[in-house]
Amino acid sequence: MARAKDKETAGAPARADERENGFVPPARLSVRKAYKMLVGGQFIRSESGRYMQVADPMSLGGTKENVPWASRKDVRDAVVVARGAWDGWAGRTAYNRGQILYRLAEMLEARQGELARALERGGLEASRAAAETAAAIDRVVSYAGWADKYQSLFSSLNPVAGPHFNFTVPESMGVVGVVAPARPALLGLLGAVLPIITAGNTVIVLASEADPRTALVLGEALATSDLPGGVINVLTGRAAELLPHLAKHMEVAALDLHEVAPELARKAEEAAIGNVKRVRTRSIDEAAWFDADSATSPRWIERFVEMKTIWHPSGV
Amino acid sequence: MTAKETIAPATNGETHAAPSSPARPAHGAALEFGKAWTYAPAPEAADHVRIDPRYELFIGGKWVAPSSGKYFDTVSPSTEQKLAEVAEGNERDVDLAVKAARVAYEKYWSKLSGIERGKYIYRIARVIQEKARELAIVETMDGGKPIKESRDVDLPLVAAHFFYYAGWADKLAYAFPGRSPRPLGVAGQVIPWNFPLLMAAWKLAPALAAGNTCVLKPAETTPLTALLLAKILEECDLPPGVVNIVTGAGATGAALVAHPDVDKVAFTGSTDVGKRIQKALSGTKKKLTLELGGKAANIVFADAPLDQAVEGIISGIFFNQGHVCCAGSRLLVEEGAFEPLLRRLRDRMQTLRVGDPLDKNTDVGAINSKMQLDKIRELVDAGEREGATRFSTPCELPARGYWFAPTLFTGVSQSHRIAREEIFGPVLAVMTFRTPDEAVEKANNTMYGLSAGVWTDKGSKSFWVSQKLRAGVVWANTYNKFDPSSPFGGYKESGFGREGGRQGLLPYLEVD
Repeated sequence: MARAKDKETAGAPARADERENGFVPPARLSVRKAYKMLVGGQFIRSESGRYMQVADPMSLGGTKENVPWASRKDVRDAVVVARGAWDGWAGRTAYNRGQILYRLAEMLEARQGELARALERGGLEASRAAAETAAAIDRVVSYAGWADKYQSLFSSLNPVAGPHFNFTVPESMGVVGVVAPARPALLGLLGAVLPIITAGNTVIVLASEADPRTALVLGEALATSDLPGGVINVLTGRAAELLPHLAKHMEVAALDLHEVAPELARKAEEAAIGNVKRVRTRSIDEAAWFDADSATSPRWIERFVEMKTIWHPSGV
Repeated sequence: MTAKETIAPATNGETHAAPSSPARPAHGAALEFGKAWTYAPAPEAADHVRIDPRYELFIGGKWVAPSSGKYFDTVSPSTEQKLAEVAEGNERDVDLAVKAARVAYEKYWSKLSGIERGKYIYRIARVIQEKARELAIVETMDGGKPIKESRDVDLPLVAAHFFYYAGWADKLAYAFPGRSPRPLGVAGQVIPWNFPLLMAAWKLAPALAAGNTCVLKPAETTPLTALLLAKILEECDLPPGVVNIVTGAGATGAALVAHPDVDKVAFTGSTDVGKRIQKALSGTKKKLTLELGGKAANIVFADAPLDQAVEGIISGIFFNQGHVCCAGSRLLVEEGAFEPLLRRLRDRMQTLRVGDPLDKNTDVGAINSKMQLDKIRELVDAGEREGATRFSTPCELPARGYWFAPTLFTGVSQSHRIAREEIFGPVLAVMTFRTPDEAVEKANNTMYGLSAGVWTDKGSKSFWVSQKLRAGVVWANTYNKFDPSSPFGGYKESGFGREGGRQGLLPYLEVD
């Protein structure tokens, strides 16, 4: 896109002689952004050097923008980073994870306009983009509250028939690979990822292919929140190419597949047997993501915990 | 150590604080077990137990001949004698059973109120209690486990499991509040040979309480108690087809999990077969729970009550001949405790009585099958070849049947096969550690994650280690305890889903 025209930021009308050349220099050249993925708190391009192009409907000349096209090695690097971040994230207190998630809501609120604009550039009308952004921020607030509460709902004190103190508590699974739904691009990604990280897992999320740019803008907000690097890793690329690598990776504990085509999902489930991955699939329509009552049900968290039972004798 | 101390271990080797060890004399003369400790035979009377010469399939409330006309023998692993012949179900039989379960689901079981379902399950629990002795004897004859265990552990737990889940049947709405739980339909359940009737109870009780109907495939070497259970279900007037029992080998189980009208598959068995089932179900809507293999670490800190730890280690690895998926097969000992612990452990091992499973004094019974015995031998040979040091108790093994003496290996490294692979036999691999971090790291260095044990007298350390262990069940200062109210199941390649407790209902329900 080296010959892009930047007309959207053109200032004063060009002089007649310039018009004859067919070139109109803007009064001020706008600064474009090189969109990067977020892995381990770092902004990276694909190691492969590959990129995909997404339309920028806000530019007058039909400009396209470049977003990274992640490779197999990017997936594998992200798994290493997510695995490294897991112990620390799961080891924080539930209260602290809630604080960090609430801080994320604060950071998103401040970038509300930017996120909504990203959605608009991804094809949404302004009002829908604003509504989705608001819903996404509220979803973060909701899960911030879940961080120290789901445990009491899932756990139990078990009345075993003997002199034992026996209880069951939820723990995190580890690294979870997520395929975000195409739409809603922002609310769907956050809605999928939040229950997983709330439970103490770390995530590699393959962003919407319909609007990958919004996920990368979200990545910029994630990086400025207090969320430790590596807890959410955002990759853009093709799920059909990348998912099989996530599915067979031995350090990935679970998969969360949203609206993945049946044949691709089946292949992923087959590859997942290597380490007995927990594979969850979900296909809900776009409107359902906006139904906060159902999309913030603890059931969404429960899908990504392991239950541990501990026996302890009681006696003197 | 005096002989008296050695042969009088705490029977409940877990709860009570360790008396500080009296100053012990240097360990001099080797302990003399053997002749001084022969016990008079104390066989359980089995003459009132009747085993039919032949068993058919239990489908739709009727005893049905297999469509292939084929039967296979089930033999006692302690005598190698044929006990009965059992129908070999094939795809057509499985289809009939699934159809019967579907009809029963639609016609009877889903129409019943929770309390009525519960009452049927309570009935089953009661009759099991009434016939517990007979069932225990058959379990021991068919599977080889000591009568002491089938009588005192398996059967009480079987009855308790039905009792526990019977009570859930009319309370499902409270189990997952606000989430309108609904049954799934027909459950296909495939169970192993190590706890034949107990695994049937673990599968059937929650499935029935949740409102599902079942097709159960018992293991080929231990089908008898499941068939006796079918007779109990008849006696309880359970509506026909609510539980169907199709005996057979691997192909029968494969047909069951692959059947298109099965809504839910539950499997307990090896990780290898579990993975194949997971693969077979990929791309289907079937729900799946897997309870697979294990290679549990039993961690003993130097501050542990050693005498109690020894009892826990013994029960952890020699209970049920080590045919236990959650067996504590890797012993991790803090270096300072290694020498005193191993001395006690070797002494205690020599008091274990190996032999006739029907003898009430027997501690370690017969290995379940020739195939399993071969597998144990192969891995033990590998242990010796790879350089670990073997100690097996010098006990006399009966001439007939399948037997393996209690065995432990020292000098084991984490890369040895005996430290990595599930042996599923009475073989313990001992390793050492220096710090709690190292203990946790070694304990978690396995593809499995079913269970673990930790022994220490320091409460905060016990909880810290329990939290760090990647395992679904952690026994702290105890081992191999089970209860219907206590969820059981694995992390990692030990499978997913929980059995037992409120959480054990979840795999059999659709919840919002």
